[in-house]
Amino acid sequence: MSDHSIFTRPARFAAIAPYVWMVLFFLVPFGFVLKISLSQTAISQPPYTPVFDFAAGWASIEAAFGALSSDNFHLLLSDDLYVLSYLRSLVVAAVSTSILLAIGYPIAYGMARLPKQWQPIAMMLVIVPFWTSFLIRIYAWINILQHDGLLNQILLALRLVSAPVVWLSTDSAMYLGIVYSYLPFMILPLYAVLAKMEPALEEAAADLGASPREVFWLVTFPLSLPGVGAGVLLCFIPIVGEFVIPDLLAGSNALMIGQTLWLEFFTNKDWPVASATAIVLLALLLVPLLLYDRLQRRQLEQAR
Amino acid sequence: MKMPKGLSHFNIASLALGAAFLYLPIVILVIYSFNASRLVTVWGGWSLRWYYEFFNDSAMIEAAWMSVRVGAVSASIATLLGTAAAVALSRGEGFRGRTLFSGMLYAPLVMPEVITGLSLLLLFVALNAERGFWTVTIAHTTLTMCFVAVVVQSRLTALDRSLEEAAMDLGCDPVRAFAAVTLPLIIPSIAAGWMLAFTLSLDDLVIASFTTGPGSATLPIRIYSEVRLGVKPEINAICTLVIAVIAAVIVSASVAAKLSNQPGETAAPL
Amino acid sequence: MAGDASNTAIVEEAEKPVPLPVLIADMPLLRIEGVVKKFGGFRAVDHLSLDIRAGEFFALLGPSGCGKTTLLRMLAGFETPDEGRILLGGTDIAQVPPHLRPVNMMFQNYALFPHLSVRDNIAFGLKRAGMARAQINARVTEMVALVKLEGFERRKPDQLSGGQKQRVALARSLARRPQVLLLDEPLAALDKKLRESTQLELMELQRRLGMTFIIVTHDQEEAMTMAGRIGVMDAGRLEQVATPRELYEAPQSRWIAEFVGDVNLFDGHVESRDAHRLTVSTRDAGTLTVAQSRYLVTKTIVSVAIRPEKVKLSRRGPATDSAAAPAINRLDGVVTDTSYLGGFTVYKVRLDSGAVVRSSMANTARLEMNAYSAGQRVVAWFTPDDCVVLEQ
Repeated sequence: MSDHSIFTRPARFAAIAPYVWMVLFFLVPFGFVLKISLSQTAISQPPYTPVFDFAAGWASIEAAFGALSSDNFHLLLSDDLYVLSYLRSLVVAAVSTSILLAIGYPIAYGMARLPKQWQPIAMMLVIVPFWTSFLIRIYAWINILQHDGLLNQILLALRLVSAPVVWLSTDSAMYLGIVYSYLPFMILPLYAVLAKMEPALEEAAADLGASPREVFWLVTFPLSLPGVGAGVLLCFIPIVGEFVIPDLLAGSNALMIGQTLWLEFFTNKDWPVASATAIVLLALLLVPLLLYDRLQRRQLEQAR
Repeated sequence: MKMPKGLSHFNIASLALGAAFLYLPIVILVIYSFNASRLVTVWGGWSLRWYYEFFNDSAMIEAAWMSVRVGAVSASIATLLGTAAAVALSRGEGFRGRTLFSGMLYAPLVMPEVITGLSLLLLFVALNAERGFWTVTIAHTTLTMCFVAVVVQSRLTALDRSLEEAAMDLGCDPVRAFAAVTLPLIIPSIAAGWMLAFTLSLDDLVIASFTTGPGSATLPIRIYSEVRLGVKPEINAICTLVIAVIAAVIVSASVAAKLSNQPGETAAPL
Repeated sequence: MAGDASNTAIVEEAEKPVPLPVLIADMPLLRIEGVVKKFGGFRAVDHLSLDIRAGEFFALLGPSGCGKTTLLRMLAGFETPDEGRILLGGTDIAQVPPHLRPVNMMFQNYALFPHLSVRDNIAFGLKRAGMARAQINARVTEMVALVKLEGFERRKPDQLSGGQKQRVALARSLARRPQVLLLDEPLAALDKKLRESTQLELMELQRRLGMTFIIVTHDQEEAMTMAGRIGVMDAGRLEQVATPRELYEAPQSRWIAEFVGDVNLFDGHVESRDAHRLTVSTRDAGTLTVAQSRYLVTKTIVSVAIRPEKVKLSRRGPATDSAAAPAINRLDGVVTDTSYLGGFTVYKVRLDSGAVVRSSMANTARLEMNAYSAGQRVVAWFTPDDCVVLEQ
């Protein structure tokens, strides 16, 4: 198998720098989150205790370990506020992902069926909004949805409503913002899989008597499932932890977990609770994260 | 409904609606940035006054400059590391810790930003690092590295291996073969990766908020704090400028790609 | 036609009625009338008409880009003609979508459904036809036995070799017992030995089932081996429709003579003609006597075509004292090249005029006594019946 063994050694060297970086700046920080989540708030700098002072010797470190407690986790699990926040996040993510799939699939399918020379242009058109600032795009919607914004102006002019409708600070606005921002994440993996599919497969199905609807559900859709999986996970996981969109577009009666975390951290300055929130969020996302990792690895293997 | 080979009405409608949905808000924003009137309800004619206001707003200008610097530096580091990672993954076959490596590399793609932001801040605090330009830069590098890796890797795996083998047959050692043959062919993808990392950094709010320090606010942080207070026309102008900058970057990149005449290279580097 | 009842039974079970084919004696099963297909400004198929009889093994032969694949796809339903009709048993099916036609296709790259097993691939069309489960199972078993893939039913396509995939594709396309089976370059992906054995199997299968097969290929040997009649296409038009023998021995144009098999061509003009013979004065081979062909040669500028295996070599030439002697065409030259190809040897002879003639002689004896070597002077000769006159 390794007729490429000449390349593998130098290639592995290339892994060292990124590896070290990621361990330092991605993996290790999680350890800190865990540690802080087991700590108490304090009015000090940093605002938590115990603090591991490595200079103070082993005994103090042992003492510090003893001071760790899981109080914060008990708080999270018992207080309705947090439980509801987690639930809301999962529900919003699930609903958004479904909408994204329903909207994104036809678009990706249409793109994959375009004549070959137009497909790169279509891809660019989908990607460019994604490159344009995310914040700006949400802001653009605020512009349109606000009380005297364009949408209301049009509706009033068309006499579809008699008074300006409240769009902002609603769940609908939030869903709109989420779908708007995450659409490229759903479209691109779907498109990648659909474009690679042999058109002959659909023709063969039709040749064997399948109506256009049967062709889609019996052949096209099952073969696009890896793309569906990738798109769903690429959207669901980050949406659960979304902060900006619900903060700017949704109402303030129910908060998503990203907002709760932000609140705890920046407003209440309660770092330990914020950390605990993050740990629980991670735990909730563990299964989807592992699924995503498996999907990625399988795609990597297939590509090699 | 027509045969799948052609485009059905449904397909065309989906594409058209999708395009409208994606672009309309931006187009509206750009138009209103030239609105002389402060109010959205009134069209006061074409005017550049909001642009003037932006250029006179020193806090904003500083934040913008900060964002550009952070973006440029973090994108550059991320491109170096991400390309190296992509090379390792596509050419390195299996190695010990490969699963962990790829897992770590791709996780930031999906990890909620509040988690990565929080964790990085806690690291910096524990290390007693002064929060400012470098902490944000490091954070952004960590985030965008995986995007660069994805872009470069997809191009690497699509490349014909026999090119490198031909180079070796003609006398290059593996590293030289890579540098002389493969590297030039993936430059467009590397450039695309840099641009992607740059725009992602320019755009990031959450991680920057966690890891920034006093006096080093980035543009999104400033915009966000203004937006929370309501719509301000000046923001329209700022946003339009940012869009223009990004569009210019993308267009020049496409032109450069066309000019360099890459065989088989499509217009979309991703 | 044998098997008619079960054929029509399948058609009845389909959701939409393509009327049952009415088979009148002497009427062709498939009639293509004046079909035109354009892509943008380019005419892929240009006013093509063709009749195909029931139970035939017909080949569409031509270079790439000639439109044969487009024509096949119109028969299958994946393209619709811009003009013209396609009549199957009397009914125009040109506008009928592919899933409603009693026609099935075997795809070039097999197009096996990767997510289904061999069994489910074969059963796919039967399920669409609404067959009962027991019947489906019986038919699938029958098909699997037909292509000799017993034991492979549960495998997925990525676990099969190229030859095995091809059998599955064949079984799948035959399962619904179509009126016509279309085959798109079915042997292109196979290696030579496999190709030969598969050719024979396909011919045997077609004979046994009595089905109409239409095969598209660019490989003339394949067409000649398998087909009963061949339609040669070029640039969207049918150049000639004939049996392999007619195509080879009596090509209707210079292009066909060159496309099918190897040929020596001598350009010239007609000097005189009588009831049986033409005398042609050629540029490179002197004056040649050619037998009159079936097709009336009216032009004066012509080519004389002679196949290499009809060009005989000898040191002195044939005996000069028989009655037919004067009519025999003799060309003097020097052997410049010999290629030993196992079953026969190809000689290149440079004539005194400078032109090169190819002569192919079978190696009928193991120890070749009469082999010619390079540099040897020889006479290349052939009778008037061995060559044909072609208009440009």
